[in-house]
Amino acid sequence: MDTGLSRRTFLKSATIVGGGLVLGIDLFCQKVSKQQTPSQDGSFNPNVWLRVDKNNLVTIIVAKSEMGQGVYTALPMIVAEELDADWNAIKVERALTHPDRYGSESTGGSTSVRTLYSTLRKAGASAREMLVAAAAKQWNVGAAECTTENGTVAHTSSGKKATYGELVDIAATLPVPDAPKLKAVSDFKLLRKKAHRTDTPSKVDGSAIFGMDVRVPGMLYATVARPATFGSTVQSFDAAKAKQVPGVKDVIQSGEVLAVIANSTWAAMQGRDALSVVWSKSEYENQSTETMWKQFEETAKSEGDVEKNEGDATDAFQNAAKKIEAIYYTPFAHHATMEPMNCTVHVRDGKCEIWAPSQTPQDAQREAADILGISVENVIFHVTLLGGGFGRRLETDYVAEAARVAKNVNAPVKVVWSREDDMKHGFYRPAQYSMLRGGLDASGNPIVWMHRIVGPEGKGLLTHASNPPYDFPNKRIDAQALDTGVPTGAWRSVGASQNGFVIESFMDELAHAAGKDPFEFRRDHLSTSPRLKRALELVAEKSGWGTPMPKGRGRGIACVSGFGSHVAEVAEVTVDSKNNIRVDRVIVAIDCGPYVNPDGINAQMESAVAFALSAALKDEITIEKGGVKQSNFDDYRMFMIDDMPKVETYIVESDDMIGGVGEPGVPPAAPAVCNAIFAATGKRIRKLPIKL
Amino acid sequence: MPTFSLTINNKPQTVEVEEGTPLLWALRDTLGLTGTKYGCGAGLCGSCTVHVDGEATRSCVTPVDAVAGKSVVTIEGLSQNRNHPLQLAWLEEEVPQCGYCQPGQIMTAAALLAQKPHPTDEDIDSAFAMNICRCGMYNRIRSAIHLAAKGQLPVKGGQK
Repeated sequence: MDTGLSRRTFLKSATIVGGGLVLGIDLFCQKVSKQQTPSQDGSFNPNVWLRVDKNNLVTIIVAKSEMGQGVYTALPMIVAEELDADWNAIKVERALTHPDRYGSESTGGSTSVRTLYSTLRKAGASAREMLVAAAAKQWNVGAAECTTENGTVAHTSSGKKATYGELVDIAATLPVPDAPKLKAVSDFKLLRKKAHRTDTPSKVDGSAIFGMDVRVPGMLYATVARPATFGSTVQSFDAAKAKQVPGVKDVIQSGEVLAVIANSTWAAMQGRDALSVVWSKSEYENQSTETMWKQFEETAKSEGDVEKNEGDATDAFQNAAKKIEAIYYTPFAHHATMEPMNCTVHVRDGKCEIWAPSQTPQDAQREAADILGISVENVIFHVTLLGGGFGRRLETDYVAEAARVAKNVNAPVKVVWSREDDMKHGFYRPAQYSMLRGGLDASGNPIVWMHRIVGPEGKGLLTHASNPPYDFPNKRIDAQALDTGVPTGAWRSVGASQNGFVIESFMDELAHAAGKDPFEFRRDHLSTSPRLKRALELVAEKSGWGTPMPKGRGRGIACVSGFGSHVAEVAEVTVDSKNNIRVDRVIVAIDCGPYVNPDGINAQMESAVAFALSAALKDEITIEKGGVKQSNFDDYRMFMIDDMPKVETYIVESDDMIGGVGEPGVPPAAPAVCNAIFAATGKRIRKLPIKL
Repeated sequence: MPTFSLTINNKPQTVEVEEGTPLLWALRDTLGLTGTKYGCGAGLCGSCTVHVDGEATRSCVTPVDAVAGKSVVTIEGLSQNRNHPLQLAWLEEEVPQCGYCQPGQIMTAAALLAQKPHPTDEDIDSAFAMNICRCGMYNRIRSAIHLAAKGQLPVKGGQK
């Protein structure tokens, strides 16, 4: 319904079919407004709706992707807190993707809680005030005399009580408060306390539906032929043998996609193995990790685009009392989500229905619409649970590919990637060559920081590098990106993962060159980063920094700000006589401002440590003959149960600006471990993965 | 197409699949038991772990022919009502993040507890040597197994 009102001021109130109070939240002014559901008019952009049914069920609609980080719990907690809902009567519903109804559904950059925190509090508080007003109206008492608890409004002096469900009809007729009163932190019942995740039950009994688990009546299965070399395309193919594989229905070519269609995943995989394909030559067919590093090294001889230039770094370096120089290498890394890429698409009657484990469903929806030549409104997009995301599922390639396949199949079709497909056709954390120069004055104070970066074209090279948090009066940071043919993408914590390693390792080098304690050296030069400094001090205190370690053991420290949060970590390692490295314990201090579910934060820090150290201590992605050499978990090994250190997390009590949690635990882990190895052995690690 | 008779989750079943089809795909595509996950197809990650006559088995590298006449238990058949001690412990400790590997982790743990009701940390390391959790929830897996082994079942965890 288009009322013609401005999207910023549009407010209306309605009872939905079936009876219930529905709230939408205007993304732009962050006012809470009521509207009929589902909104057809597109006149404003609510990002979350809550529904209170007559049966007292509170349904909270989440329009972010659950990939393990806990949004199906944290976002509803925020609403439920201000609503004073009964947490045990909450239902979480993943919204159908919509181009703009919920604002951005993109789930990345550790943004879900921090961008929705204030909005969702207002949503819950506004609903609560309306339910209270409804009760007050019904009882003819003052709203201020009523209290709420666990989904019930009570009038203390008269003893009257009503459940939220009993009040929805009246509440739906009332005006929406402009500025609902939010709770004081001291009144929180849910926030900042451990909550059980709403998705755990389905994840322990096999009922959770990931993209891979989607089953649609009449569904077929498909695999896609993929080249060994980046940039190759199908030149010709012979499908005769593939079509003889029992269960194979067809081999189709749709644009550049060559797919085997079958009645089971296994048949589709067998059919693809039997497919004979001639691939076009690629300009990247001689690309290898070795040639790439040489290109990077050669390129680094001259300055690239200057990203930051403060003071006169060149002069300061020339005149520094002590000069330190080092080259750091960070390899390509793969997301390796446990659930390989997949997507189910059903094209019919000018419409299309998609089921995908996507971090960026709106982009994927739009791309599918373009491929199919239909409008976005005709693409019904279901976001399933994601078996890991880590940034890989911010790409839309696997959805676009499935749309191309389904365009030519007269049935629903699930395109399944094998593990090998997934490993060899990712969007990798860019490999990066870093040339560092640092200078100290005669008193050991840092005076100059120079960082030259060379890496592949694509995402995530410079993020974080251009802004080291320390007090260097002279800074110069430059970067060059080369066409390597290797697809790159956002890998949990993006550029901070490699640049956090480089910056925090080189800071350690500077501290030792200055003859200073690595913790104290950092602390003393963080004058413009008070929150990071506080996290650093907390981790030093909790880790017993400075207490002696036995021979063969070492302690390292690192701290990185990012995604609005500030994280410091101390790693304790043991290096045995055979140079085996064991990370025994990682202590984490995080300041993410107002937090939601502390156990969720603990889990994210454990996960971040494992993710970072898997890349630091296990394998790298290497390029050979223009393609990824690794194929499965035998040559791209993962951190395992016996690798896992103890992880202790301390959350800084802070009401500063809210920050993210999913990614910021990653960047400090690798440098903390490398600095600990230096403390234990005197060997400086400048290349990942770590080899002694 | 050949048919194979086997017992799945205590129920006799006949599956019609090509010879050599991995049990994983028979379970998932033919029988619709999607709790058992495809992770690597090569017996490297443990996501597809089921019990065959009580033994933890990688269904992605086990041809259905090899389990004919045997008893297969999947995550769907581990308990009647999500009340296996390990499931309760998993809820209490909030083990899963993305959760994709967890059916395989739980089935691995269940086979371990059946053999060793009070496993040591070394027993757990050994039993889980080939189980990947990309979300790194290993410490929680370990503590949940110890919690389940104690036999004092949590009853409140995650009842939603």
